[in-house]
Amino acid sequence: MKETLRFKLNGKPVSLQVDPDRTLLWVLRYDLKLTGPKYGCGEALCGACTVVLDRQAVRSCSVQMRDVAGKEVTTIEGLEQNGQLHPLQEAFVKHDALQCGYCTPGMIMNAYGLLLNNPQPTRSQIIEHMEGNLCRCGAHMLIVEAIETAAKHMGGRTQ
Amino acid sequence: MKIFDDKLRSLEEENQERDFSDLIDDPGPAFPLDRREFLKLVGGGILIFCTMPRSFAQEGGRRGGHSLPEDFNAFLRIGEDGRVTGYTGKIEMGQGIITSLAQMLADELDVSYDSVHMVMGDTALCPWDRGTFGSMTTRFFGPPFRAAAAEAKAVLVELASEKLGVPKERLKTRDGAVYVVGGSRKVTYAELTKGKRILRRIKGVPVETAADFEIIGEPEIRRDGVDKVTGRAQYAGDVKEPGMLCARILRPPAHGARLVSVDTSGAKEVEGVEVVHEGDLVAVLHPDPEAAEKALGKIKAMFDKPQPYADDKTIFEHLLKVAPAGEVVAEGGNLAEGLKAADYIVDETFLNSYVAHSPMEPHTALAKMDGNKLTIWPSTQTPFPLQDAAASLLGMLSANVRVITPFVGGGFGGKSAIRQALEAARLAKLTGKPIQVAWSRAEEFFYDTFRPAAVVRIKAGVTKAGLLTYWDYGVYYAGSRGSEQFYNIPNHRTMSYGSGWTAPQSAHPFATGPWRAPGNNTNTHARESHIDMLAAKVGMDPIEFRLRNLRDERMQAVLRAAADKFGWKPAKSPSGRGLGVACGTDVGAVVAHIAEVAVDKKTGHVQVKRVVCAQEMGLCINPEGARIQMEGCITMGMGYALTEEVKFTGGDIHTHNFDTYTIPRFSWLPEIETVIVDAKDKPAQGGGEPAVICMGAVVANAVYDATGVRLFQLPMTPERVKAALSRA
Repeated sequence: MKETLRFKLNGKPVSLQVDPDRTLLWVLRYDLKLTGPKYGCGEALCGACTVVLDRQAVRSCSVQMRDVAGKEVTTIEGLEQNGQLHPLQEAFVKHDALQCGYCTPGMIMNAYGLLLNNPQPTRSQIIEHMEGNLCRCGAHMLIVEAIETAAKHMGGRTQ
Repeated sequence: MKIFDDKLRSLEEENQERDFSDLIDDPGPAFPLDRREFLKLVGGGILIFCTMPRSFAQEGGRRGGHSLPEDFNAFLRIGEDGRVTGYTGKIEMGQGIITSLAQMLADELDVSYDSVHMVMGDTALCPWDRGTFGSMTTRFFGPPFRAAAAEAKAVLVELASEKLGVPKERLKTRDGAVYVVGGSRKVTYAELTKGKRILRRIKGVPVETAADFEIIGEPEIRRDGVDKVTGRAQYAGDVKEPGMLCARILRPPAHGARLVSVDTSGAKEVEGVEVVHEGDLVAVLHPDPEAAEKALGKIKAMFDKPQPYADDKTIFEHLLKVAPAGEVVAEGGNLAEGLKAADYIVDETFLNSYVAHSPMEPHTALAKMDGNKLTIWPSTQTPFPLQDAAASLLGMLSANVRVITPFVGGGFGGKSAIRQALEAARLAKLTGKPIQVAWSRAEEFFYDTFRPAAVVRIKAGVTKAGLLTYWDYGVYYAGSRGSEQFYNIPNHRTMSYGSGWTAPQSAHPFATGPWRAPGNNTNTHARESHIDMLAAKVGMDPIEFRLRNLRDERMQAVLRAAADKFGWKPAKSPSGRGLGVACGTDVGAVVAHIAEVAVDKKTGHVQVKRVVCAQEMGLCINPEGARIQMEGCITMGMGYALTEEVKFTGGDIHTHNFDTYTIPRFSWLPEIETVIVDAKDKPAQGGGEPAVICMGAVVANAVYDATGVRLFQLPMTPERVKAALSRA
């Protein structure tokens, strides 16, 4: 049964007629045309669909719309501000921390979730936090370096 | 599913047959549109048509009715705004050719790197291409692409000479313009080409040599980086068309299963669902993929499953039993004499399991019919073969099928298989609507064309002084790539028995196919493990042993470069240090790896702590891209070395997702150091695959060095390591 759900998406209020049983990933990709979050496994095993929900990185393939109501969702599309890349995005580009790029939005959003809660993570905290995000191309080393660079650049700020 | 499966199998086999050859390529533009149509598609600007030197044409041979050009190729276009577009039938799947090809074009044409834009994998716009595999882009597409740019530049200089009334000798090019030497007069390429169509040709224009390079050889970061970090980069699943429906397709429970009966009434009750049932194809369509998935769950189907004849444990026995006759890959000397001359003999068998490609993007495609024209947006490594296959499947002319390849989310050989795109095409034709087929992860594991399970048997002899006397080698099912040994062994024979692609149908219970450096991972694992055993037998340091038995200077150079970088201190193995060495050759490049591991003897867990890799790949177009490919190979290679293994009973695949199929993760991450051995003056070789080939052996050798126990089967899972330790 469809209901009207309200939440914030990338800083803007959204009101959506949607079945609350539906999954956030597919609503983002098909109803809201935000294709940054990717499908990789459908079971929260790979992290390609990661978005930030109320300051926590979550797997949007495993979040129902009912749990989004009243909350704030940030996707990769919401990181850029006024045409400026977020320091994480900037660092991923500069470090070449990607190859095929399919896991990249999820990697960056997962790292964003980390920095929101722990702006100056140690290397082992980064690795621990990123463990559930899979990259088949093997860009891991550069991803860790990019997150370190971004954290340093942000100097404790969370945005 | 029988009929469609059979048709697909034959189409895919046709497609994959090509993947083996490491030697043949490449572009044979049967230019797909006439020029007027082409111009309509690409819009304004000037096309420069060049003739390819004969040698390039001969390289490709004829394939699938695509004859190679004696005439024109279109590789580049200079726009009226001075921007340059490069065209290639290759696709970008992470390997970074969108960057390195732009470097080649900019350097040869003498335009700024930033003014170049690449159009890739669009069958209507790009020159014909067999597919993006075998590390062929730089090796085989690169030379004609560079030659096209060099010839275009020569033509532009000639036109400038006429326009300026200055002899060519007094002109030079820079940054998209032709200048008069010692003067201020210039004319830009855009001014020269404006309003004209240039069909002039100049034959035999040489490409630049190393001394001329300004952009080639310089490290460049990925040019698709910004699109990929912002979510703007489009993959097949991101392409949408108005009225598009998402398809979920009824799948058999096992390969070889036959659909006996099906009741789709439950699915039809779901609001907005359309059910397609035609012959072997049962699909549900809905604008929302989740709704389609739910409807699919309401279909009741009965399948007849064949009796399984092997599982992941018994498969090796089965494969040997049905092995086809062998083919000689290489031989020389006399094995019997080699045996006589040997002081020690090592006779072993090496095994490796089926592994999946598991790119992060599962196979996906959108297909749309418009009148009698079909357009497909697929995640594929083979847009042009897909164009032909879709046309053949649907009884259409290839000319009426256009394949537009967006960014591909990883391929590794697996996206040479095009089943999902053919499914989308078939459904689009049946319904007349745009259809997206996006496989679930379980479908991806089910239909993946796995790297074949394989067996290698080696008997070899060595003298007390550490000289190899004979080498008797047989590889089953991996194929011959990488099997030909390169040590200086007077008496040797290398045999190859079948391969994933040519094996009899009764061999593998499901499809197999090329997996990054196909065959070579299997062959290098076996050879370099065996070489290590021989070195240990005579009590020699494994690097010293290899160098003593090598004449190949390139291989010697990479071994020494890796040893230097690592800070290698010679010792015989097992030294307890956990250090391993391996070397090999693939796609024209040579590599040597040194790894350090720690083995937890209680749990059997192997942690790779450090990997040094030296690679010589001839001219390296983009050292940054090459380094990243090497790091990626090393990381990916740890997976097939340590954990990756598909579980199955007959055609029933038990591996459905990443919880039971472990690919390398952040916590695995070793310290990785790479060295690219400079060889600017030599032709460019492959770079996307070589560094993956040694990972099985280098880790196995390091595990032996740490524990004194040798593992003969990949992956070296904790269970296998523990079992081997307990046997010791």
